[in-house]
Amino acid sequence: MATNPAGGPLQKSTQERESVVIRFAGDSGDGMQLTGTRFTSESVLAGNDVGTLPDFPAEIRAPTGTLYGVSAFQINFSNKNVYTPGDDLDALVCMNPAALKTNIADLKQNGILIVDPAEFTSANLRKAEYENNPLEDSSLDKYQVYQVEVTKMTTLALKDTGLPNRSVMRSRNFFALGVVSWLFNRPIEPTLEWIQQRFGKTPVVAEANTLAIKGGYHLGENTDMFASSYEIKPAEIDPGTYRNITGNSATALGFVIASQKAGLPLFLGSYPITPASDVLHELAEYKNYNVYTFQAEDEIAGVGAALGAAFGGALAITTTSGPGMNLKGETMGLAATVELPMVITNIQRAGPSTGMPTKPEQTDLLQAIYGRHGESPLPVIAASTPADCFHAAFEAARIAMKYMTPVILLTDGFLANASEPWLLPSVDDLPSIPVEFRTDPQGFFPYLRDEETLARPWVKPGTPGLEHRIGGIEKDYLTGNISYAPANHEQMVRVRHQKVAKITQEIPPTQVKGPEQGKLLVLGWGSTYGAIAAAVEAAQAQGHTVAQAHLRYLNPLPADLGEILGRYEKVLVPEMNMGQLLKLIRAEYLVDAVGLNKIQGRPFKVSEVATRIARMLED
Amino acid sequence: MSTEAAVKLTRKDFVSDQDVRWCPGCGDYAILAQVQKIFPELGIPKEKAVFISGIGCSSRFPYYMNTYGFHTIHGRAPAIATGLKVSRPDLHIWLVTGDGDGLSIGGNHLIHALRRNVELKIMLFNNRIYGLTKGQYSPTSELGKVAKSTPMGSADHPLNPIALAMGAEATFIARSIDTEAKHQQETLRRAAAHKGGAFIEILQNCNVYNDGAWEYLKAKDSKADTQLLLEHGQPMVFGKNKDRGIRLNGLTPEVVTIGNGVSTSDLLVHDEHDQTLAYLLGRMTPPNFPTPVGILFSTERPTIESLMNQQIQDAIEKSGPGNIETLLRRGDVWSVE
Ligand SMILES: Cc1ncc(C[n+]2csc(CCOP(=O)(O)OP(=O)(O)O)c2C)c(N)n1
Ligand code: SF4
Ligand SMILES: [Mg+2]
Repeated sequence: MATNPAGGPLQKSTQERESVVIRFAGDSGDGMQLTGTRFTSESVLAGNDVGTLPDFPAEIRAPTGTLYGVSAFQINFSNKNVYTPGDDLDALVCMNPAALKTNIADLKQNGILIVDPAEFTSANLRKAEYENNPLEDSSLDKYQVYQVEVTKMTTLALKDTGLPNRSVMRSRNFFALGVVSWLFNRPIEPTLEWIQQRFGKTPVVAEANTLAIKGGYHLGENTDMFASSYEIKPAEIDPGTYRNITGNSATALGFVIASQKAGLPLFLGSYPITPASDVLHELAEYKNYNVYTFQAEDEIAGVGAALGAAFGGALAITTTSGPGMNLKGETMGLAATVELPMVITNIQRAGPSTGMPTKPEQTDLLQAIYGRHGESPLPVIAASTPADCFHAAFEAARIAMKYMTPVILLTDGFLANASEPWLLPSVDDLPSIPVEFRTDPQGFFPYLRDEETLARPWVKPGTPGLEHRIGGIEKDYLTGNISYAPANHEQMVRVRHQKVAKITQEIPPTQVKGPEQGKLLVLGWGSTYGAIAAAVEAAQAQGHTVAQAHLRYLNPLPADLGEILGRYEKVLVPEMNMGQLLKLIRAEYLVDAVGLNKIQGRPFKVSEVATRIARMLED
Repeated sequence: MSTEAAVKLTRKDFVSDQDVRWCPGCGDYAILAQVQKIFPELGIPKEKAVFISGIGCSSRFPYYMNTYGFHTIHGRAPAIATGLKVSRPDLHIWLVTGDGDGLSIGGNHLIHALRRNVELKIMLFNNRIYGLTKGQYSPTSELGKVAKSTPMGSADHPLNPIALAMGAEATFIARSIDTEAKHQQETLRRAAAHKGGAFIEILQNCNVYNDGAWEYLKAKDSKADTQLLLEHGQPMVFGKNKDRGIRLNGLTPEVVTIGNGVSTSDLLVHDEHDQTLAYLLGRMTPPNFPTPVGILFSTERPTIESLMNQQIQDAIEKSGPGNIETLLRRGDVWSVE
């Protein structure tokens, strides 16, 4: 796998590793996100399974060198199945003292630490709040520290380009990437190609980055800085075509492909908010797929415009995060009562209020299920991995149109930005989304329901003979005309509930990974999937009867869930909140489940779930 | 509209089977009557017409029109209608709102719908009161308004809907009065014919909670003195004896009496397309000025729906209609055997 751009054979020894977790950390201006993404691409092309996690500050350009301006990108690559971006780090690359200060705690003992000594100036040390230079005291003794002169060597490598110093500094990340690519036997060709594509229009920049990455690679290869490199063999991966994808991209694709399958235009009404904006950005590029992206004046208008488009016969969606979700609440109530299809996506972030906007949380589950006025039940669907966002978005759209109901899709800031290799589905294997607009005036009533789904007919304005009015006022059960009749209201409330409850018929049997009964079931939803799966597998490997079930449908819950919960002595529910699914499960099934709760704006580490599993097995 | 003009409809075709539930004597009846009167003339097949409203007495309007209709939520109708119009430019969308619905809770959506020039015909029924919630003062109520929530008089300065629409750069701005049937019909016809979004403030009487709010404008014996009927290309003359007019003094309009050396040729001539003039007209308020009624401003500008749909067409032309397989395979793709 390893290649040597200089053409010579590798002379150093190579150690084999099963998996490696590496993090690139630097100033927000240092290009760490780009470096991380490139390293990810190199790793998938080397045949590894990967999981990634970008971690960037909320400030766009925080003052350079500050602790709060540190931006990082973590990659877990392995010859085995990868479930998460990894817990503790095997390797850490720090472009400045602030990056070291904020990230060093996650590096394993004896882990590889790469730093650029030129950046450890007294000014930078002060900004990072170091009293002494950590490279000079003994504080880093428990790590393998490599002082790589990234700045100096990049300057040297680029001296013939004639670029001013400021531009030269922008290639430092490629130098670092070159070093690390050599160290882990990653092929740099894909990055060289990518540089040509990306910077081809400004050849001098392309050349600079090429020289920098090659310079870094050669440094590893030709100097005695590193005694050996590491090799991570390709993983056994299901055959097929893959693409690395983030959750937000997958969400966008899920909606576009659902609209194509339904044969409808896609209409997104949205207002920018972290971490949801990228779905808007991405969909804005798919106009030739008959995609309308409307950047509204606020979230209320975003969901409102979507509802208007749904009335007109489009697949309508809106995307936001927690604060925007609150603003959309009233319109969601209207959508529920006029029974028009729409998907409301909440890419959850740490709240309340602005909270920690770039950090994930699962704190809007109960809001999604209950957070509206009146009895206004809505289906709630959650994605569990970055690539799964595709399937969750597709399913949310399918359910919305089949049942003529708004559907809430929950993902979070972790899924949004994290990425994983995605085995591309065959388009023909995806469920079809048949949509039939009512055109026949014979026997038409706006609220006449389909027996199987209780859905009312979808009628496009413009259809002759079917002119009718809908609105927020309670409607007659059949005609949809205004009705304040007490019994009619109860009947309508009940039928809206029944309609949502009927969606259980769409839910496949819950997959339980592990023994069918036993000591412990770990139940989760959303982005905790990976950490739970890895922890449960580890416990199983130790011979424990521990199983995992992960929910895609949170409202309604799967019909078989109560029975499954009853087959285990204990139930553990890890969540990035104070115990919201836990509350639902306890209320719904009277199960004495317990929660594992982490509310730090960070995903669970596998070890955190594993430790708790071990404790539950002991008690 | 040429292909649609063939449809022959009557007023009755636009009357729905629902009982009209406004208070007897409410100005809303008169507006409904004028809309139902002119609609058959517009050549719009009724299935292509959509009435969308927010919440308020005025917003009950769609239930009474036998077209497609959507009675939505308080203040948000412009947003909902925008989504519909953008994705369904073939529809003729009329929007009904009130001074509370459109200027208070929905002010934000209104200004954005206007600046985007969505082709919505927006009728704002201004009765200077919250009717449906039983009589609180509204954003257009006069300062010191004594109402249920303001026993000692309101403390907020009123909003001027026309000036707001000018500020939002609406492309068609008009004012009419519920009781002026002919004027209203003509104004609505012009709004319908306008290529783009239209904003029509209709001064409406709430005879239960704010009776007579516009009486000074409507009273038979004085209305010639209090209304300034705008006609494109005509000098701004008003008064029972057509002996008064509006003249520009520097940058400021003033009321002058014709005669004594002042002739009609000294007066301002109305030009619908003159934006500066429209600003001046919008600011002419009683008691110092007669209230301008008619079409204060009209101009043409591309609608958001034409631009957005054009972008889609352009993208299809450039990249071909979307193909799912291509979409899935965007970016770095690799195969595992
Ligand atoms: C979110 C929300 N807030 C408040 C109300 C109560 N409400 C209904 S109509 C209205 C005011 C209506 O005034 P206006 O728009 O002037 O309409 P009018 O009744 O005068 O025609 C209010 C405050 C509501 N329906 N929804
Ligand atoms: S309260 Fe006023 S505005 Fe409402 S229906 Fe009665 S008269 Fe008309
Ligand atoms: Mg009012």
